[in-house]
Amino acid sequence: MKFNHELIEKNIGLLGIFTVIAISFGGLVQITPLIFSKDTTEPVEGLIPYNALQIEGRDIYVREGCYNCHSQMIRPLRAETERYGHYSVAGESVWDHPFQWGSKRTGPDLARVGGRYSDKWHEVHLINPRDVVPQSNMPAYPWLAEAKLDGKLTGKKMQILSNFHPDDNMYTEEEIAGAQAAVEGKTELEALIAYLQSLGHALK
Amino acid sequence: MSIFWNVWIIFPTLLVIVGCFLLLRACSKDNTGVKEGESMGHSFDGIEELNNSLPKWWTYMFYISIVFGLIYLALYPGLGSYKGLFGWTSSNQSIGYEEGIKADSKAAVELAKAENRLSQYDREVAAADEKFGPIFAAYLATPLEDLVKDEEALKVGGRLFLQNCAQCHGSDARGSIGFPNLTDNNWLYGGELATIKTSIMNGRNGMMPPKGGLPIEDSEIQGLAEYVFKLSGRDHDATLAAQGQASFMKGCFACHGMDGTGNKFMGAPNLTDDAWLYGSSRLQVMQSIANGRSGVMPAWDDILGEEKVHVISAYVYSLSNK
Repeated sequence: MKFNHELIEKNIGLLGIFTVIAISFGGLVQITPLIFSKDTTEPVEGLIPYNALQIEGRDIYVREGCYNCHSQMIRPLRAETERYGHYSVAGESVWDHPFQWGSKRTGPDLARVGGRYSDKWHEVHLINPRDVVPQSNMPAYPWLAEAKLDGKLTGKKMQILSNFHPDDNMYTEEEIAGAQAAVEGKTELEALIAYLQSLGHALK
Repeated sequence: MSIFWNVWIIFPTLLVIVGCFLLLRACSKDNTGVKEGESMGHSFDGIEELNNSLPKWWTYMFYISIVFGLIYLALYPGLGSYKGLFGWTSSNQSIGYEEGIKADSKAAVELAKAENRLSQYDREVAAADEKFGPIFAAYLATPLEDLVKDEEALKVGGRLFLQNCAQCHGSDARGSIGFPNLTDNNWLYGGELATIKTSIMNGRNGMMPPKGGLPIEDSEIQGLAEYVFKLSGRDHDATLAAQGQASFMKGCFACHGMDGTGNKFMGAPNLTDDAWLYGSSRLQVMQSIANGRSGVMPAWDDILGEEKVHVISAYVYSLSNK
């Protein structure tokens, strides 16, 4: 069989294979080295693993799709660092699975929102954003205040997260054993606020 | 970066570029054996393929982008740990990592400066500091008493307020339930310039436990609310208010004062004025007493720095003192 243009053009499977080979060069060159590079896989100094309640809050953040409108990725541009604080670095997200960098900002970046507002503000704002920011177009999340956590899977989640990083000693056995007790009966709102308040303290 | 990863990156990158060049060369040659412009001998749905060479403008664009790519890789970092002729970086993220310096630490920035390879971000910030630094330094050197008379400074403070403070206190600074109004000259911790600045710099933690942490029965709360209404000179039930006064003497006075005028050192509100941080209805006042309240003002020193807080303090003061 003659290897030519026509052969590839008329064999859709072969075309697919060659397309995958062609586009995988970019991924192999740009992404693979980062998986083995220390400055993208080691936590920055002072990074604290999420506690049980914050892990639950983080899952609610993902469930409600907060990442659709909020990024957690401050770029190294002065206009951004003036508003949000120090730009984000890879070492801050190593324990995030999946990371919450986002790709679109309808609302502000949240990478360093921790400590910027009081817990009470977050409570009022999540239940109805218009109560504190009249021109806000963020949806209201009133059900978070009513839904309670049972914490059945919290310990398991912590175990799985720490399995990703066996050298980092993210959680002690007591912390994992006490995870359910730590979150049981807390509302989803409390968990989400705990998560938001924990964001971005490692590097300021 | 190890030699392995350098080769991993550099070899395929150059291979792809060379490959593109060779592919383009091969495709530019006419080896079909068919005369230019004539049919290739097949058609799809009545559309016939003719033997035409690649458009010249397209071919040249392709060659130009190959050359552009090579020049770009020579000037900017792209080939493994090669830093590029410009020595350009966007930030200090990886600087000094191989020397064992933590990402983005002060030491990393120092090293970058010493080697004279400032990142684009550092240069951007340095340029802004050169422009705005002296302005803010001059503001900080001006005592607040004088700064409140500086119209320009108040404008700057107003912009900073809108960006950082309006989320809680409102764009008109009149607050909302649970977030203090800053325009009514009514202050929990005191409205002197220095006190305002302290409140912004270090934040405040106001805390009233449920029922003030006192042995007060649920049945007494209604009376207490009437007494608070009486203190403010509002319509109230005299009998209930008298009972409330007795309950008040169980210990509410420790923070709110014997006469109910509050205590600015601990942020205990004055109950005799007509300002109602958590709502003025009977129900809201009873809720405040029964469940307690906590108000947190975050500390802004770390986030904004003293220079900006100084200007914002002058602006906030000016809202109540025209």
